Amino acid sequence: MARPAPDRRNRWRAIALGLLVPVSVAALWELAVYAGLSSGRLVPPPSRIFTTFMELASTGELTRHTIATLLRVLAGFGIGVAFGTVLGALAGYSALARSLADPTLQALRAIPSIAWVPLFILWLGIFEASKVALIAVGVFFPVYLGVMGAIMSVDRKIVEIGRIFRLSGPAMIRRILLPAVLPEYVIALRAGLGLGWMFVVAAEFMGAAEGLGYLLIDGQQLGKPAQIVAAIVAFAIVGKITDWLLVAVSTPFLRWQDVVTHHRER
Amino acid sequence: MLALDRIGKTYPNGVRALDGVTLNVALGEILSVVGGSGCGKSTLLRVISGLDPPTAGRVSLDGAAITAPHPKIGMVFQEPRLLPWLTVADNVGFGLPKLAQAVRQRRVAAQLQRVGLFEKAGVWPRELSGGQAQRVAIARALVTRPEVLLLDEPFSALDAFTRADLQDHLLSLWAELKPTLVVVTHDVDEAIVLGDRVVVMRPRPGRVGEEIAIDLPRPRDRQSAAFDFAKRRVLTALDRAQDRPLSVDDREAETAAGAALWW
Ligand SMILES: Nc1ncnc2c1ncn2[C@@H]1O[C@H](COP(=O)(O)OP(=O)(O)O)[C@@H](O)[C@H]1O
Ligand SMILES: [Mg+2]
Repeated sequence: MARPAPDRRNRWRAIALGLLVPVSVAALWELAVYAGLSSGRLVPPPSRIFTTFMELASTGELTRHTIATLLRVLAGFGIGVAFGTVLGALAGYSALARSLADPTLQALRAIPSIAWVPLFILWLGIFEASKVALIAVGVFFPVYLGVMGAIMSVDRKIVEIGRIFRLSGPAMIRRILLPAVLPEYVIALRAGLGLGWMFVVAAEFMGAAEGLGYLLIDGQQLGKPAQIVAAIVAFAIVGKITDWLLVAVSTPFLRWQDVVTHHRER
Repeated sequence: MLALDRIGKTYPNGVRALDGVTLNVALGEILSVVGGSGCGKSTLLRVISGLDPPTAGRVSLDGAAITAPHPKIGMVFQEPRLLPWLTVADNVGFGLPKLAQAVRQRRVAAQLQRVGLFEKAGVWPRELSGGQAQRVAIARALVTRPEVLLLDEPFSALDAFTRADLQDHLLSLWAELKPTLVVVTHDVDEAIVLGDRVVVMRPRPGRVGEEIAIDLPRPRDRQSAAFDFAKRRVLTALDRAQDRPLSVDDREAETAAGAALWW
């Protein structure tokens, strides 16, 4: 067991190298503003962003906006995942369902999702429903495609092991299909969640009284670039945390894989 | 007794994989099935196992027709087909019916002991070598104590040394409970080491060409003259089955038949 030490050292080295450029740029910019070479009004230095961030956090503003955005993402994610999983499972399982649904869904997928916005507003109003619908559309497609692909690619040879041991339909699903599709399902969920976070920004640009997207618009209209960057940082942090939670929940079930999830990220 | 009565199998695409195959295999007998590629050996096992029903004729085990996978018929494929998300022990126990946890663990442990992989119980399948994985597959098939075990080229993906090792191993496992074995192989040595009888199949459509009884005492010496003699008989029958000119003592024909077997 002499291996982990150099491995870990390599990882720290990689992290340090990766941080070198952004940290240096930030530090140089900080110095430049500090030395009076620039006012930093349009591109705020890190310290000013940090102060804004902490101010927003201490007044509870940040929490309120973050929760509003998070709830939208979760609602849209839940709806998108539910539809994506059910339709993807049907299309993956039955050739008939695939012939019926897949061409239509593929055609709909070709539409840039933001193009739905005016229609959603007409149908669902400008409040929560249309926003959640837009996020759900974004989440739906990767989940649908992932589930369909995963089920279609389940190894027939392994299904035959289930048949040889005379598994019933439900047992076949529980003991063979579910574990077989789980790794790809997690990847699809993560892709869906990522799109959910992208789409919530678009949704909140449609006009929102609260949410991190509102902070962005508000910062633009009132000329507060530090607030914009602070909101961007908050987006990044919360998005990463939700992704990380998804991975953490699924990891115990995927221990049998060689490398759990990291190989997809690289 | 396992009985095949005029079995025919025509696939939906029109390929006639089997035609009029009649065979009886006694309880505890080891039947080797050899034949060139595409002459219906795998189809034959799939029909017996109940995975693919025949389009003509009837398979029966002790008089009862086999139309779907049956608890008394086990199968081992060319690939181990272990479930990658289960540990070795859980793979072995996969086919056991609902049993008390303790009983189940005891049977799995005993079976792993028999295939010499007791210490691998908690390991993931990806951590096994090819030979170990195939032994786990055999353990999974045997732990339910089937009356008939079907093996479709079970050792063909393994290197020669491991293959001979597993042939001996299979025989020692067989000696414990004496199930009926039907072993498909394209390795004539393997067919003779294992089989009480060798069935040589003819292609297009798959039929039984010849049946050759192997009356050698066990354990069989792969180097003995009698073994060589049996081998020559099987190779000759294979030549005939491929509709090649008959040439018993022609070394060239022998290697040709040997080569044909591999493809
Ligand atoms: N699922 C299938 N559908 C159609 N044809 C098949 C199928 N499986 C096998 N065949 C055909 O049946 C014949 C016998 O195949 P197989 O039983 O696999 O032969 P072997 O195991 O002796 O090599 C071959 O011509 C093969 O192409
Ligand atoms: Mg075959």
